[in-house]
Amino acid sequence: MIENYEKKYRALVKQEEKIKNFTDENVRFHLLQDLHIAKVKTRKKASKNLSASDRVYLARHPKRPKTKTFVETLLDEPIYFHGDRAFGDDKSIAGGIAEFNGDPVTFLATVKGETLEENLKYNFGMPSPEGYRKAIRLMRQADKFNRPIITFVDTPGAYPGSEAEKRGQGEAIASCIECMTGLKVPVITVITGEGGSGGALALAVANQVMMLENAVYSILTPEGFASILWKDSNRSEEAAEMMKLTAEDLKTFGVCDRIIKEEVCFEKSEFDNNLKRVKLAIEEELKRLKRFSEDRLKHLRMQKFRRIGRGF
Amino acid sequence: MNNFLKRRNLIRLIKRRRKKEEDVEINIKDKINIPQHLFTQCPNCGSNILTDRLKELGKVCPDCDYHFSMGARERLDLILDPEYEEIQRRARYRNPLSFPGYKEKMRDLLNKTDAEEAVVVARGTIDTLPLVAMAMDAAFMMGSMGTYVGEQITRGFEMAGDKKWPVIIFSASGGARMQEGILSLMQMAKTAGAVREHGEKGLLFISCVTHPTTGGVTASFASLGDIILAEPNALVGFAGQRVIEQTIGEKLPEGFQRSEFMQKHGFIDAVIHRQELKTTLARLIALHSREKKK
Repeated sequence: MIENYEKKYRALVKQEEKIKNFTDENVRFHLLQDLHIAKVKTRKKASKNLSASDRVYLARHPKRPKTKTFVETLLDEPIYFHGDRAFGDDKSIAGGIAEFNGDPVTFLATVKGETLEENLKYNFGMPSPEGYRKAIRLMRQADKFNRPIITFVDTPGAYPGSEAEKRGQGEAIASCIECMTGLKVPVITVITGEGGSGGALALAVANQVMMLENAVYSILTPEGFASILWKDSNRSEEAAEMMKLTAEDLKTFGVCDRIIKEEVCFEKSEFDNNLKRVKLAIEEELKRLKRFSEDRLKHLRMQKFRRIGRGF
Repeated sequence: MNNFLKRRNLIRLIKRRRKKEEDVEINIKDKINIPQHLFTQCPNCGSNILTDRLKELGKVCPDCDYHFSMGARERLDLILDPEYEEIQRRARYRNPLSFPGYKEKMRDLLNKTDAEEAVVVARGTIDTLPLVAMAMDAAFMMGSMGTYVGEQITRGFEMAGDKKWPVIIFSASGGARMQEGILSLMQMAKTAGAVREHGEKGLLFISCVTHPTTGGVTASFASLGDIILAEPNALVGFAGQRVIEQTIGEKLPEGFQRSEFMQKHGFIDAVIHRQELKTTLARLIALHSREKKK
């Protein structure tokens, strides 16, 4: 479904480019205006009745802004820190200190690239153990200096390679989760695109887990889910519907605490309004969480996860 | 509670009867009249071992040291002093994702296996020292961790924390349970949090990984023990071998992700033979139970 709207949209963009070459300024101006309205309308129409697999499509869209954009537009002058002080530096997890509305915060983000070249550099957003160990180091640092932590999550999952196994992928994720359950500072997570498996959870044990409306969060990629259960990764659309991975479904489970409204975008430049909404949401939640004492923050976070699945 | 016990006894009775019927069938089918059920064949070296003898040996092949997989209750019988008490909550088979066929599959397994769910939690003693012991059962849906397993393990830790007891977990699991989706994933955070809270009270947690321990269980409580022990040749890792082979595009070497391999790479304290497991655990717990100096 969503693909059809995108095709329509791309056709409009093509037309727009042709019209830009028109010499008559008056005609050009009016035509461009019409086209702009048509584009907005297409996007609005596209945002209606989105299915789960549509949202998976949008969450993975190559033109969707990646976490780097979020870090760089929402936070002021980020300073990036590198390395786990043991083995190396994992580029798929970025972290450091920045200012948010004038206050120091620690940020962490799983990084996907925008181009193939970048993706190769960032390993398609699939972190290795050193990445999680760097995250633990930076979170402990934030705890020590009483800085709130903001994490941005967009990853298909932790890297399933033999080197990662040798260096203890499981242990790294486990320790990262354990570390987050014990933090005494406000922790906010924004799932911006794909939240896949333990690799995403390792950075998402937060007081407030927020999701963009078209982000998804699941135990496994729909492809992986389909291939495990039906031995057929082509049935991923069916799997996506079944897995309850959209923000709305997750809110009913108490896994997601807040959904950030989102306009459907096919172009990075159109995403500004969404970014503003994310900023507002972080602002509100940070203000709310800052009122709690250290022990209370820790307790509330634990209780939130303690409750999930209790009734089942 | 009484009702629950009655129900469980009934189920066991029915199972026993069924087993007898099956045995008879096997006898009739066989041309040579050897009662096959008396013997178990070792999948590693192929030798036939008397089943009763195998049980006495803790389900370890006397010829090649192959460790047979163990059910949760067998495991607890082997490790704990007799007359331990299960703190089992009745497993309610719910289906939060409305996953087709999930409930039926679990009911089916209930009849086929000795376990009601993938974990059994018990309070008991090892050489008279009290503790909470939990054993996972790989026969029940690959020992996968869903909401019931996560909740039981968390409660086990909480109980041990209240009583100031150590915890031992024998993990055997394919990871988080797919059929319960994201809720299974959240059990990783829940159990990891429970480990931390138990540990902050200065209490001991021994994680004993047995074949196979992978995925979400490796990436949560199983890797967080103060001491991590493993049985020989157990598969321990995060990603599945097929997935890794697809990712790197080559066959994995023999012994990859086995306990000895994981010990070599620094993630397991010691690989312990099953027949020495009880004495090792007893000694470790005794060493941690001395009064602390104030």
